[in-house]
Amino acid sequence: MRGSPPASADERLKTESLGTRLMKRPELGAIAGVVLVTIFFLITADQAMFTLSGIVNFMTPAAQLGILAIGAALLMIGGEFDLSIGSMVAFSGLFFAAATVTLGLPLFITIPATFVFAALVGSINGLIVIRSGLPSFIVTLAFLFILRGLSLVGLKLATGGSTQLRGVRDATEDDLLAPFFSGDAFKGLFTWLAERGWVETFGNGTPKVPGIPVEIIWFLIIAALATWVLLRTRVGNWIFASGGDPNAATNSGVPVRSVKISLFMVTACCAAMVAIITVMDAGSTDARRGFQKEFEAIIAAVIGGCLLTGGYGSAIGAFFGAIIFGMVVIGLTYTGFDQDWFQVFLGGMLLIAVLFNNAICKRVIGGR
Amino acid sequence: MEQESGFRPSTASNVPPIVEMKNIEKHFGNIIALAGVSFDVRSGECHCLLGDNGAGKSTFIKTMSGVHQPTHGELLFEGKRMDFTTPRDAMEVGIATVFQDLAMIPLMSVTRNFFMGREPTVGRGPFKRMDIARMNTETMGAMRKMGINLRVPDQAVGTLSGGERQAVAIARAVYFGAKILILDEPTSALGVRQTSNVLATVDRVRAQGVGVVFISHNVRHALAVGDRFTVLNRGKTLGTARRGEISPEELQNMMAGGQEIVQFEGAQGGTV
Repeated sequence: MRGSPPASADERLKTESLGTRLMKRPELGAIAGVVLVTIFFLITADQAMFTLSGIVNFMTPAAQLGILAIGAALLMIGGEFDLSIGSMVAFSGLFFAAATVTLGLPLFITIPATFVFAALVGSINGLIVIRSGLPSFIVTLAFLFILRGLSLVGLKLATGGSTQLRGVRDATEDDLLAPFFSGDAFKGLFTWLAERGWVETFGNGTPKVPGIPVEIIWFLIIAALATWVLLRTRVGNWIFASGGDPNAATNSGVPVRSVKISLFMVTACCAAMVAIITVMDAGSTDARRGFQKEFEAIIAAVIGGCLLTGGYGSAIGAFFGAIIFGMVVIGLTYTGFDQDWFQVFLGGMLLIAVLFNNAICKRVIGGR
Repeated sequence: MEQESGFRPSTASNVPPIVEMKNIEKHFGNIIALAGVSFDVRSGECHCLLGDNGAGKSTFIKTMSGVHQPTHGELLFEGKRMDFTTPRDAMEVGIATVFQDLAMIPLMSVTRNFFMGREPTVGRGPFKRMDIARMNTETMGAMRKMGINLRVPDQAVGTLSGGERQAVAIARAVYFGAKILILDEPTSALGVRQTSNVLATVDRVRAQGVGVVFISHNVRHALAVGDRFTVLNRGKTLGTARRGEISPEELQNMMAGGQEIVQFEGAQGGTV
């Protein structure tokens, strides 16, 4: 038997190289992916892709997907799936547009109301999954169709037969809250930079990039917030525990049910966020909004290191996963390749990510 | 074994028990799982509960830890009658149970597992966060008390050996103020070295004044740490013996309920 071990450093501890330590972080794969994709496009794509306007170009779709992906990642770490987020974008988009245009309510009512409404639908998803004990995959698959169908029916009711609801821009143009959810931020800064000649300008002196699209700002805020919650708060620990082993977590006093239901609500609210931003941006909503976004969001989360079995993953990873996504979608247009390679690329990335995550996970558990 | 865990007389029997279970009966429909079991634990002793499979050991400890409610009989904690309705109730007074699954999550770090569900926080309002520095130090400290030097506190529990995981679970229960620690077959799935590590941990816990209920069907493991031994058979206690009053063979025969155990060549000293 071992004698009383020394209280000092452990002789069994080999100094871990930076590489080994990085290998244990779930987001490593996604960061490596961003580096690889960047190198790929640096070689193959037009120089314009990595100018400021090129970066804004691919960060905008990345941000719209990323907000969904971060919600999906949190839910996956908590051990559940939500396949209904794409339909949720359409459904909450309908709710938001109908409240704003058809009812003519101001944004300070319609935006919070849209979030409450989305959270409510999310909690229904969650309650059914938790109460029935059925896999969330199948329950939310049902909601994928239910919500998409309701969006179609609802649009026709709201517009009198059309599947598109227009007039959002006119209804929100003068609203004080509108700049927070549409258009570009820091316009003044960019004009100022343009005057100094520090950013590219058009011939008339206006900057080529008028500002940073608000969705990018929201994307950064949400990624930072989710990371902080996961790594630094009790709730974060509960999310990992609920996904890792719900029984063990319950036995240790973690409120697993509330954690999971809240995560469904958060995911739905992320969908509502994307709905509000894109509906205001387009000035209209239609039934195809958010189509297949659930898969893209889950792929981004998996590229970001989330395990399909739950209990492992990171929001930073999903953040980079979404950026990879945006770079590939937009990046291909800067190259000579056919844009339809995108889907091949996406599937390939997913496959590599899953294999990689599996290997990493075994490594974390160790050689035992 | 280490010197401190060598044989010593069981804690003076004039110390009142912390937990006393009197004539516990538990019926599930028409099945009588427990037919009058009495058992007590004092602080700083290790009381082994032995029994073959199906003897009622699990039902009994689940009654003690609040998972089951006894059909008849009473449970006294520090002399007061208690009616636990959930495991939380038992945990709150200081009866902690380490079940076989250990309630640990392999992919999470030792620290995160250690404080799972009971994380200390600093800051307030939206800035309320886990006190990670403190969690790490406390975990390292608590593990050191159990004789395990963690390499790093953020190492995943999955990288620990079975014995070390058991020690984390025990250390966690003790850290959160267990007066009675119930260990459900802690050595059943372990190798020889792991087993002796766990037995040494039990000894350390006992030395800190915690009463240990050690459930096992392995006579050797029980004899290595036990101060008293109670044998359960077919839902009844067959009696309690102190250390030194009973031989391994006698214990084993009692567990088998007086039925002869198949003797075979190679069985050493009559024990398996």
